[in-house]
Amino acid sequence: MTSWEAVIGLEIHAQLTTNTKTFCNCSAEFGATANTHICPVCTGMPGVLPVLNKNVVEYAIKLGLATNCSISGHNEFARKNYFYPDLPKGYQISQFDKPICLKGHMDVVVEGKESKIGITRIHMEEDAGKLVHQGSDNIKGATHSFVDLNRSSVPLLEIVSEPDIRNAKEAVAYMEKVKQILQYLEICDGNMEEGSMRCDANVSIRKKGETSLGTKAEVKNLNSFKSVEKAINLEIERQIDILEEGGTIIQETRHYNEATNSTKSLRSKEEAHDYRYFPDPDLVPIVISSEWVEEVRKSLPELPEARRNRYMADYALNEYDALYITSEKSLADFFENTLKFINKPKDIVNWLMSDVAAYIKSKQLSVNATKLTPELLAGMISLLSAGSISGKIAKDVILEIFETGKNAQQIVSEKGLAQVSDEGAIKQAIEQVLQENHESVESIKNGKVQAIGFLVGQVMKKTGGKANPGLANKLLKELLGIS
Amino acid sequence: MSILNLSALNLSKKIKNKELSSTEITKAFLAQTHKTNAELNSFLIITEKEALATAAKVDAKVAAGQTLEGLEGVPIAIKDNICIQDLPCTCSSRILEGFKPPYNATVIEKIKALNMPIIGKTNMDEFAMGSSTETSAFGITRNPWNTNCVPGGSSGGSAVAVSSLQAPLSLGSDTGGSIRQPASFCGVVGLKPTYGRVSRYGLIAFASSLDQIGPFSQTVEDSAHLLNVICGHDKKDSTSQNIAAEDFTANLQNPINGLKVGIPEELYNTLSGDIKEEYEKVIKKLSGEGVIFETIKLPSLDYALATYYIIAPAEASSNLSRYDGVRFGHRNKEAKSLIEMMTKSRSEGFGAEVKRRILIGSYVLSSGYYDAYYKKAQQVRTLIKEDFNKAFSTYDVIFSPTTPTPAFKIGEKSSNPLEMYLSDIMTIPVNMAGLPGISIPSSIYNGLPLGIQLVSNVLTESKLLNIANIFEKVINFNVNKNAFINT
Ligand SMILES: [Zn+2]
Repeated sequence: MTSWEAVIGLEIHAQLTTNTKTFCNCSAEFGATANTHICPVCTGMPGVLPVLNKNVVEYAIKLGLATNCSISGHNEFARKNYFYPDLPKGYQISQFDKPICLKGHMDVVVEGKESKIGITRIHMEEDAGKLVHQGSDNIKGATHSFVDLNRSSVPLLEIVSEPDIRNAKEAVAYMEKVKQILQYLEICDGNMEEGSMRCDANVSIRKKGETSLGTKAEVKNLNSFKSVEKAINLEIERQIDILEEGGTIIQETRHYNEATNSTKSLRSKEEAHDYRYFPDPDLVPIVISSEWVEEVRKSLPELPEARRNRYMADYALNEYDALYITSEKSLADFFENTLKFINKPKDIVNWLMSDVAAYIKSKQLSVNATKLTPELLAGMISLLSAGSISGKIAKDVILEIFETGKNAQQIVSEKGLAQVSDEGAIKQAIEQVLQENHESVESIKNGKVQAIGFLVGQVMKKTGGKANPGLANKLLKELLGIS
Repeated sequence: MSILNLSALNLSKKIKNKELSSTEITKAFLAQTHKTNAELNSFLIITEKEALATAAKVDAKVAAGQTLEGLEGVPIAIKDNICIQDLPCTCSSRILEGFKPPYNATVIEKIKALNMPIIGKTNMDEFAMGSSTETSAFGITRNPWNTNCVPGGSSGGSAVAVSSLQAPLSLGSDTGGSIRQPASFCGVVGLKPTYGRVSRYGLIAFASSLDQIGPFSQTVEDSAHLLNVICGHDKKDSTSQNIAAEDFTANLQNPINGLKVGIPEELYNTLSGDIKEEYEKVIKKLSGEGVIFETIKLPSLDYALATYYIIAPAEASSNLSRYDGVRFGHRNKEAKSLIEMMTKSRSEGFGAEVKRRILIGSYVLSSGYYDAYYKKAQQVRTLIKEDFNKAFSTYDVIFSPTTPTPAFKIGEKSSNPLEMYLSDIMTIPVNMAGLPGISIPSSIYNGLPLGIQLVSNVLTESKLLNIANIFEKVINFNVNKNAFINT
């Protein structure tokens, strides 16, 4: 079998979290009632004119700097002309031959191997509105289609990578990295489900060792990291099959269907739109001075790598843990905020990586969207390390905090969960256990000392997990006469 | 003397000193409009109720002893491509039938703030594409000097409104001559300000980099007063000039001795014999007042018309994309698919000239043609600006006829677009360079007015209006308009 190599480039659209839209003062907030965040400008009324939101430019500079791009001093907006009912002006204001950020790169790590992914360009543009169809999930076949223009003119950054990606895993790692940086910069929430991050993949294949590019297909509608991975693998397989059967790849745009995990052709190169780009005469060129760029550079937050290194140096976290904690800004912030209440970095990390991670994963929430606050987590850890509760109880307490938002101390006293360190009470439980487990007692006396663990477990069970396990162990041994 | 014959400035003075009320004045112009509109068709809608309500407000202020500002209480007519909240705005196109803007244009905000009664919305070439007001979907407008002739265009209705004394003032828009050319055909003053002097917010776009709103009036002085009202930086228009306000009436009377005027031979030499003679007489008269005329060369002007017909349609093809039948205006109700709905709505809604320009514009922006047409046209545009710039280092103003001929007959050029386009040959270069230009009446030829165009450097309207004001006095174009009142 010939060995093939995939060549992949991604186009990522990131919806910015500015307060207002790109060219008017309407709120850019997601999820409002249809057509409540609209005005004459973003609905394309005759006679209106766009006025650029400076924050969009600033956000673009931030991302450019964070991804090692150069920032263009002279910027122009261009009109991308096409007809669609969600596009009220009949053109999208975008950037064409003079994008704001050029020639950057990012390093991504897949299975311990680091690779450098080039960024061709990042440009600013406005989003279109949204169609809601009735009677079909497509405009074809729908009895009615409604237009919601809340999203019309919400700002986007389009991030175009070089074809430096070689497999689906690397594509996902790159996307995760982009998402991470967007979140650290606090310019995009990175939520793929709500469409605030969208991705198209350009995929081609060639024989290993070749340097020229094969014919590419663009795969659209990748709405989750899983889709990106599956669709790219699917496309690579499709192209390999065609070439191995002696066929040729045609340049086309393909639509990925997540439900059926399949792609189908949308249009060929010949049917591609001619967008008739030209500079938007309603907007003046934006000049970005080097002073402005420096000002933005100074305002950049600490980025993931820097944080990771700091955590390893200052808190003696290992690389794996530091990587995990800095993977999302919200998690790293949570970690640092918890540290303000209790100086036990390793304990905090362990909780964040185990029970907290499991809970937010099961609920599909971000770490700061639950009732658990850094202060509450610190309180719980402090009870545990003082021996006031057992580790097992702690696991119940944290679940209770997630549900109620009460502090650990309160939960413990309300539910009587405090660890029992009263020797008398534990002895009582031990005596019962010894009576009920003659066989185990016998085998311990015959030298099978490891069976003591089972008896400790029985004591814990008897006390509802409240017995101090160390103490129970010690008393058991005393009573059995082993040391 | 009738109210109708008074200049806007005189009307405003008479309101202030209580000789006339704003209501009396507004009623007089409304009466003239009602009497003449059936024949001239200069107004698409007459907003009598609103106009009288505004006038009553002004009169109440006078009665209460409050001071009036500038042109407060003086009526005005508005071209139908300028948005007035909740009033129909059609651009004389079927595609905008039924459309009522949910907002006011910035110039309308200013006019409303000044309590100037709005008489109505005036007819125009569809989407301002035309030079005769014949492309209107709502009938042709006739020239009051000779009703067999066109009034010019595209602001034909606004020119006729002032010329036929239906309104003392009006607003038009000028993309390639759409104020100056009809002003010349109708014997009134028409001013196109510097690009960016007046906010375009609320002006329904034809060609965004060329469009500019400006006044029509009987006198240069009135245009200066109206420019004071409508000019100014607007945060809603990124292309509006952020410069300090000035009073355009302050320098109107400055002496102009030794004034140097350039006449571009590229424009002047195209005139036919006896029309040229008319202009020679004007030049002679002005020379007698110490004005120095010299012929100059502006070689890039030869390409102005051709490049205009690339840039303007290109921008228009994109600007007119929003008329798709989805959110407002005309929609074909029988269509069975999205593409059919959009195609049919646009095919039915747009007239022939608009379609022609959308096709030209889409073509020159197509990939593979962009560099050869649009990009090259923009380069020529830079050359035109440079040519003018050079000339302004020596000359105070550039002088030319406003149009190569007086008003032509209705139907005479409507079947030949290229002939029609040539009627803007004098005015188009001014838009290409973003300069201020004014047309003032200069003489009568075969019973029809001729006009001269004066052009000055960017943002020098004050000087331009000063020169035009003095020229107006010297030329003394004094026509008895009683015939217009008695029609
Ligand atoms: Zn808006």
